[in-house]
Amino acid sequence: MKYYDKLIFELSREGRKGYELPANEFTSNSIDAIPANLLRQEPADLPEVSELDVVRHYTNLSNKNFGVDTGFYPLGSCTMKYNPKINEEVAALPQFGGLHPMQTEETVQGALEVYYNLQRALSEIAGLGEFTLNPYAGAHGELTGLMVMRSYHEQRGDTKRRKVIVPNSAHGTNPASAMVAGLEVVEVKSKPNGSIDVEDLKPLLNDEIAGIMMTNPNTLGMFETEILEIAKLVHEAGGLLYYDGANLNPLLGKARPGDMGFDIMHINLHKTFSTPHGGGGPGSGPVGVRKGLEHLLPNPRVTKDAEGVFHVETGADSLGSISAFFGNFGVMLRAYAYILTLGKENLKMVGPMATLNANYIKENLKDDYLLPIDGVCKHEFVFDGLKDKSTGVTTLNVAKRLLDYGFHAPTIYFPLLFHESMMIEPTETESIETLDEFIEVMHKVAKEARETPDDVKNAPLTTLVRKLDETTAAKHPILNYRTLKAQQA
Amino acid sequence: MSNKFIPHTQADIERMLAKVGVSSIDDLYADIPAEVIFNRDYNIPSAMSEIEIRKYFNELGNKNETLTVFAGSGAYDHYSPSVISHLLTRSEFYTAYTPYQPEISQGTLQYIFEYQSIISELTGMECANASMYDGSTAAAEVAFMMVASARKKNRVLVSATLLPRVLEVVKTYAKFHGIDITEIPEKEGVTDLAALDTLLEAGDVAGAILPTPNRYGIIEDYSGVADKLHAAKALLGIYADPSALAVLRSPKEWGADIACGEGQTLGMPLSFGGPYLGFIACSQAQLRKMPGRVVGATTDADGKRAFVLTLQAREQHIRREKATSNICSNQSLMALYATIYVALMGKEGMKEVNIKATAGAHYLFDKLIESGKYEPAFPGKPFLKEFVVKTAGNVAELNKHLAANGFMGGVDLGDGKICLAVTEKRTKAEIDRLITLMTE
Repeated sequence: MKYYDKLIFELSREGRKGYELPANEFTSNSIDAIPANLLRQEPADLPEVSELDVVRHYTNLSNKNFGVDTGFYPLGSCTMKYNPKINEEVAALPQFGGLHPMQTEETVQGALEVYYNLQRALSEIAGLGEFTLNPYAGAHGELTGLMVMRSYHEQRGDTKRRKVIVPNSAHGTNPASAMVAGLEVVEVKSKPNGSIDVEDLKPLLNDEIAGIMMTNPNTLGMFETEILEIAKLVHEAGGLLYYDGANLNPLLGKARPGDMGFDIMHINLHKTFSTPHGGGGPGSGPVGVRKGLEHLLPNPRVTKDAEGVFHVETGADSLGSISAFFGNFGVMLRAYAYILTLGKENLKMVGPMATLNANYIKENLKDDYLLPIDGVCKHEFVFDGLKDKSTGVTTLNVAKRLLDYGFHAPTIYFPLLFHESMMIEPTETESIETLDEFIEVMHKVAKEARETPDDVKNAPLTTLVRKLDETTAAKHPILNYRTLKAQQA
Repeated sequence: MSNKFIPHTQADIERMLAKVGVSSIDDLYADIPAEVIFNRDYNIPSAMSEIEIRKYFNELGNKNETLTVFAGSGAYDHYSPSVISHLLTRSEFYTAYTPYQPEISQGTLQYIFEYQSIISELTGMECANASMYDGSTAAAEVAFMMVASARKKNRVLVSATLLPRVLEVVKTYAKFHGIDITEIPEKEGVTDLAALDTLLEAGDVAGAILPTPNRYGIIEDYSGVADKLHAAKALLGIYADPSALAVLRSPKEWGADIACGEGQTLGMPLSFGGPYLGFIACSQAQLRKMPGRVVGATTDADGKRAFVLTLQAREQHIRREKATSNICSNQSLMALYATIYVALMGKEGMKEVNIKATAGAHYLFDKLIESGKYEPAFPGKPFLKEFVVKTAGNVAELNKHLAANGFMGGVDLGDGKICLAVTEKRTKAEIDRLITLMTE
């Protein structure tokens, strides 16, 4: 196929149109009555294209994308599982799509029931008391959860607690969320296996600590075996435990954050509960809390009374609002459809099969790739680049070479604990045949690194576009068509 | 064992366990303390087949009432062309991850570049980011931007005429982040600019966020406001309806440094409040303080034009606790929604949407006033698709009466004030029926 690189603006022809509205039934053009200085002075330079222009243009753009439906994503900490099609059908139902978020309760009972039931299902799966589904994304959930943490201390009059402990192996979002929530980050060291060093933690605990943020299994895919001891220590010091739900997938059916002593957590519906990543969003980051903290959750909240009627409530002790309405409701429909499709019989297999898949890849590749932490992992694991360091082939080179072979790259250079981190997470929806193909290609790339290293170092060689000039992009930003056109002229 | 989403047969499992060197699935979890192992079934419903799922959600959906909407207040029932849902369901778009691997993500990167171009055009600003969660969180991040730009000033002014739900989110974010938010009071439905002058006197203001149109649908006159703020070394932020910007004076034309707002008006379904998108656009001078992803144009090794995420040094995954925002995603698919919408409607359609909605809104307004049962809440103030009238009657009762007849009436603002909105989707027959219901 021919390489397509037009911009929608470049298809524009004056006077062409891609829409039709009903004829005007009203006689006046009321805009004429508005004072001229309140109206636009210079018209916006928007595209003028036909409907078919639009359809072909975006279809051609879609052909330049890789998605889960295209191929395998071994992308650590991102849980790129299959996005079931029935979920899309459910989310597109007109009985939900046409609802205004400020309709009265009586007219949106079905939507409130979806919100409430999903909230209850997540509470059961997490082992916590109650969830809000309002946060729009994982990072938004973290921020909301930390707001809960601060509100808890402040409402008890314990205003000194303005520090939060974050492991140095944590996702970068953790410290950033803490900063936005007005908390100071205190770093706790990890042991060589990535687990929190309890001896390093102890002296950090005092009456200024609001709590700790943890990912379990951690970013190396290892379960924090000392979690009960950590929970005891943090609670004794008056702090709360926050669970980053990015790595929840391997625990489905096997363990619940609430049972480990966590007080607050977020879940990424776009990871664990199969909703599409959408090229970066919309996601959804529900936040759950232990019983006794639910009054702090953000407004609005959805409740159910004894008669089974659903209500929208605004609590006076709530931390406030973190969204204009109820969050990404369309994403909730998908996640709820997924939970009901798997049901109690199958949801419990998600964690075990995700874990089995990860260990299978790890065991098959550890002869060619450096495995810094041996032993059974959970849903993901980290290689520290190729085992043979003499070839000069980096993790970035390997990642780019995978693109040539039809796979997405793993998460690379994270966690920061190793120089050549390559984090691999297969998810439970991949078959052994797909894993075997991936393993074969990874071996092939390792062989190429030894025998024809330039092929790997110059990768990708066969993708639609090749290595991009990112330096110039950052030095002389061209961020829209207006700037691009001016530069071309 | 095998399920349609989990392909493992018993034979697969045995082969894989053997390779891993353990004898059972439980062995994979041997590191988890026994008291933490969850060893019962989840208390959730049993698995449903697709036939049952369809039936279940249809029945749930039927418990809702889809009404003919005459409310706005941050979510509007605009027309959404058929093309959009067809293109959005291309799984190459919706099953893709964040475009961190640009060589295989040019589709996503290019539409984000087009989206940024469209937001830049509508706002008139020099740059835009790849989108935020919603309008309210975008406004909160703009307050952070203002403080980050100002250095040593910690106060942001927000007009009381901003949508209450947006204001509430800004205040929540600010409370935790430690930013002082001061409301500029309203007077006769618009920002009290004399009060703004007084607030600027203390010299501690980093910026002000003002809406267009405002929470009552009124188009406010911000003549001279940018100069006043700039003289006080403060930034002007405009919270705008991007659809209305096809006809309204743009943030740039008001002299704004930053523009933000809710993108739902760009054809997105109401969808009970989300997913929508928030946008932020700014001047070149503010670019490096702007949160969120940004896509730029560049070339590849063969000289082909291509697109890439850029200016990432600002972002949380690089800066961790030194970042000014924790956002690490965008509402990407909704940005595609907005882009396709604007591409279809084009230069003329974007204006026509406003002309039609405004004509319908003014017709409704005039008829309600003529009835003698309503009076203008803010006489003489210019508006497009949204306005406020006052009644001596009970608004909650009225809205119940309307809902019983298939209509969502205006949002109840208290004191007999009703905020009504009309889009290009509303026919004269629907408006006439509403008038009858509201005046009988």
